[in-house]
Amino acid sequence: MGILNFANPTRFMKLVQLALPWLVGLCAITFAVGLYMSFFRAPEDYQQGNTVRIMFIHVPAAWLAMMCYSVMALSSLGTLVWKHPLADVSAKCAAPIGAAFTFIALVTGSLWGKPMWGTYWVWDARLTSVLILFIMYLGLMVLWRTMEDPIKAGKAAAILTLVGTLNLPIVKFSVDWWNTLHQPASVVRMDGPTIHPDILIPLLVMAAAFTLLFFTLHLMAMQNEILRRRVRSLRLRAASTARPARPSSTIQPAE
Amino acid sequence: MDLGPHSDFIISSYAICFAVVLGLILWVRMDRAKLEATLKELAARGVSRNRSAEQKPEASGQALND
Repeated sequence: MGILNFANPTRFMKLVQLALPWLVGLCAITFAVGLYMSFFRAPEDYQQGNTVRIMFIHVPAAWLAMMCYSVMALSSLGTLVWKHPLADVSAKCAAPIGAAFTFIALVTGSLWGKPMWGTYWVWDARLTSVLILFIMYLGLMVLWRTMEDPIKAGKAAAILTLVGTLNLPIVKFSVDWWNTLHQPASVVRMDGPTIHPDILIPLLVMAAAFTLLFFTLHLMAMQNEILRRRVRSLRLRAASTARPARPSSTIQPAE
Repeated sequence: MDLGPHSDFIISSYAICFAVVLGLILWVRMDRAKLEATLKELAARGVSRNRSAEQKPEASGQALND
C-alpha cells in the first residue's frame, strides 16, 4: 500500500518536497555531530594513530557503496517484476550516487593504505571486488545514456543490475573467503563489534550521516528524473503535433 | 589540532570526500535548475502538460493545430 501510494509521480514529487527540508536539516546536523566526534572526541588508535580518522569516512562510504547497489537491485526487481513506474527512476538515480560513494571508499582506502600497509593499492580480493563494483556503476550509467527510450533502458539496466548483484556477497565475504591484506569485518559480525565504543560511536554517527545524505540526494535526483521525462514527453508531443503540418507547407507553394 | 605525521593523508581524504559530495550536490541542483528552465521555455512556447493551457497558443498557429 505504501509503495503504491508513491506510484503517482506527481504525488511522489509533493511528498518529497515536504520531506526534503527535514532530511537536509537532519543530514547537516548528523554530519556536524559526526565530524565533531570524529576529530575532537574519538581517541587515536593504538596501532593506526590519527589515520583511524580516515575510517570515519572510508567505512561509511564503503557501506553506502554496497547499500546503494542493493537499492538499485531492489528497484530493478520493481521494474521487472512489479513494473512500478518509479522503480527504474530510482535505479537510474542511485547509480551516480553509488559510483561517487564507491570512488570515495576506494580513494580514502588508498590514502589510509599508504601509511598503514606501505602501499596505495594491492590486487587483493576486497579491493578488486570494490573496483569491479565501481566499474559496474559506471557501466550502468553509460547504458542509461546510450538508450534513448527510458523504458527500454530501464529494463536492460535492470537485468544488468541484477546480474551484478553477484558481486555484492563477493565484496562482503571476500575478506573471509580469501587471505587478503584488507582486515576482516570488525563492526557487522556475528559475535558483535570488536571496536571500542569511543571509535565505534563516531563511526556509526558518520554512517547515519552518509545514509541520510544518500537518501536526500537520491530523492532529489529522482525528482529531476521525473522532470526530465516530462520534458521528453512534452518535446515528443510537440514534435508529433508539429509533424502533420509539414506536408501542407510543402504543398502550399505548388498550389 | 595535531594530526600527527600522516596528516597529509587524513586531510587529503577529507578534502576529496568533501569535493565529491559537493560535486554531487551541485550536479543535482544544477540539473534541477536546467530542467525547470527547459519546462518554462516549453510552457512559453505553448507546450504544457495542461492541455487546456496548451490549446490557447495553438489556436492561433495552424502548424500545431493538426
